[in-house]
Amino acid sequence: MRRFALIAIPYLWLLALFLVPFIIVLKISLSDIALARPPYMPQLDLGAGWEGLKAFFSELDFENFVFLTTDDLYWKAYLSSLKIAAVSTLLTLCVGYPVAYAMARAPEEWRPTLLMLVILPFWTSFLIRVYSWMGILSNEGVLNQLLMWLGVIDAPLQIMNTTTAVYIGVVYTYLPFMILPIYSALEKLDGALLEAAEDLGCSRLEAFWLVTWPLSRNGIIAGCFLVFIPTIGEFVIPSLLGGSDTLMIGKVLWEEFFSNRDWPVASAVAVVLLLILIIPIVLFQRNEQKQREAEG
Amino acid sequence: MRRFSWFNTVSLTLGFAFLYLPMVLLVFYSFNESRLVTVWAGFSTKWYGELFRDQAFLDAAWVTVKVAVFSSTLATILGTMAAYVLVRAGRFHGRTLFSGMIYAPLVMPEVITGLSLLLLFIGINLDRGVFTIVLAHTTFSMCYVSVVVSSRLTTFDRSLEEAALDLGCSPFEAFRLVTLPIIAPAVISGWLLAFTLSLDDLVIASFTTGPSATTLPIKIFSAVRLGVSPQINALSTLMIGIVTLGVITASIMSKRAAVAQRRDEQAAIRAD
Repeated sequence: MRRFALIAIPYLWLLALFLVPFIIVLKISLSDIALARPPYMPQLDLGAGWEGLKAFFSELDFENFVFLTTDDLYWKAYLSSLKIAAVSTLLTLCVGYPVAYAMARAPEEWRPTLLMLVILPFWTSFLIRVYSWMGILSNEGVLNQLLMWLGVIDAPLQIMNTTTAVYIGVVYTYLPFMILPIYSALEKLDGALLEAAEDLGCSRLEAFWLVTWPLSRNGIIAGCFLVFIPTIGEFVIPSLLGGSDTLMIGKVLWEEFFSNRDWPVASAVAVVLLLILIIPIVLFQRNEQKQREAEG
Repeated sequence: MRRFSWFNTVSLTLGFAFLYLPMVLLVFYSFNESRLVTVWAGFSTKWYGELFRDQAFLDAAWVTVKVAVFSSTLATILGTMAAYVLVRAGRFHGRTLFSGMIYAPLVMPEVITGLSLLLLFIGINLDRGVFTIVLAHTTFSMCYVSVVVSSRLTTFDRSLEEAALDLGCSPFEAFRLVTLPIIAPAVISGWLLAFTLSLDDLVIASFTTGPSATTLPIKIFSAVRLGVSPQINALSTLMIGIVTLGVITASIMSKRAAVAQRRDEQAAIRAD
């Protein structure tokens, strides 16, 4: 009895506040606008038996999904979200790998401090970290002032409100997600392997390429997924740093809901976004599992 | 002993400069006299004064703290239960769905979580406000808590619990007297994680709130959408300060606890 209660309480909570809401989204994405207005819940009339069930399914239609394919705004937004996520993942890897590498090679007594310095930004507000770049990148911002003072440029560069600013924002806020898994992969690396490679005639660069890089591959893959997956649905970064030319699906969904008040289309956008995300999530899980099996 | 090579020194310096410089600049400009954020016009604390005179910010801060305290406490209880179920309950009907529902919210984009909860609240005609934000925050943060707690539970020696049961404890007593003290660090860090997630959340709170309840992130977001403002710099500085203080205190406390534990262990060995 006690075991039943222990399982039932968190189970029911998640059913009611995670699964049911998601089924509602699915249902509304398949409804017409008029039907999607509340009350839309009791449309499944189980009392009517088979007839009720048939009536329920006959109401469902895919016109919202068809609509998504006819307006290029949507598929362009999906594609550009994927592109922005991919490019920023690559940039984050380029910035994060040397830091993780240097942390793993640092003297032992320094590592806890370095680790804490990487984790500390996690505890600082995401919104504030994105905001801090607004004062740097704007036309009168610190970066433009510095570059003009140095004489590199004559007129301020337009960085704020462009996709470049979004890249900078993503790399900045997700950098710890890249550093930590790579660091933990590199930290386990046995230094004797590198010595062996050098003894066998590798240059340091060759040793890095043939030994260190392959052995840190799992960390790199995990880090890339940890940056890529959340970036696709990102809302805060494109709305604060991006411009009118920055199309990201999270922002489109938000506007569809709050500005256009078109619930069925917003729900359809959400369902397609989730379908796109399933592929990287499944790949990520498979990689984690493989790694666990290799270790276990 | 290994030392820093020049390459490692350069990458660490550049990396940490990149991570911390934007926040340092934010703190610096919060003490700027000028309204123009980027022109230095002398030291002043006037933006802090203005911030504290702005009732809307104080109200929003109070709502945020209330939501965070309630939701993280609830999330810790539910998340610890869920972790216990995942690690200890063995097989039961619907286990796959249960673990799926624990892990799925971790990767679900916030816009989708927010949208789906809003549609639920409208569907069941629930008035939106502090209560609905608490429900929403509890749901996603309990998943984080259960991940943190279950990783601690899996590495923990089960025979200790069995010994307590053999010595006549009820299962609940065994949990309270043996299991809970051992997993306490994970439970506490789960609570802290849930608390910060709630403090930080903009997207889900925007979807699930009503006109009566504005949280600090919502207020900050609507203010900074119009551009950089010195008042927000002051607010950000305060928030960065609180977090830094909290993290430093926590690390000092955990270091002290580790030292005390080592001393107790040594004393126990000597007493034998």
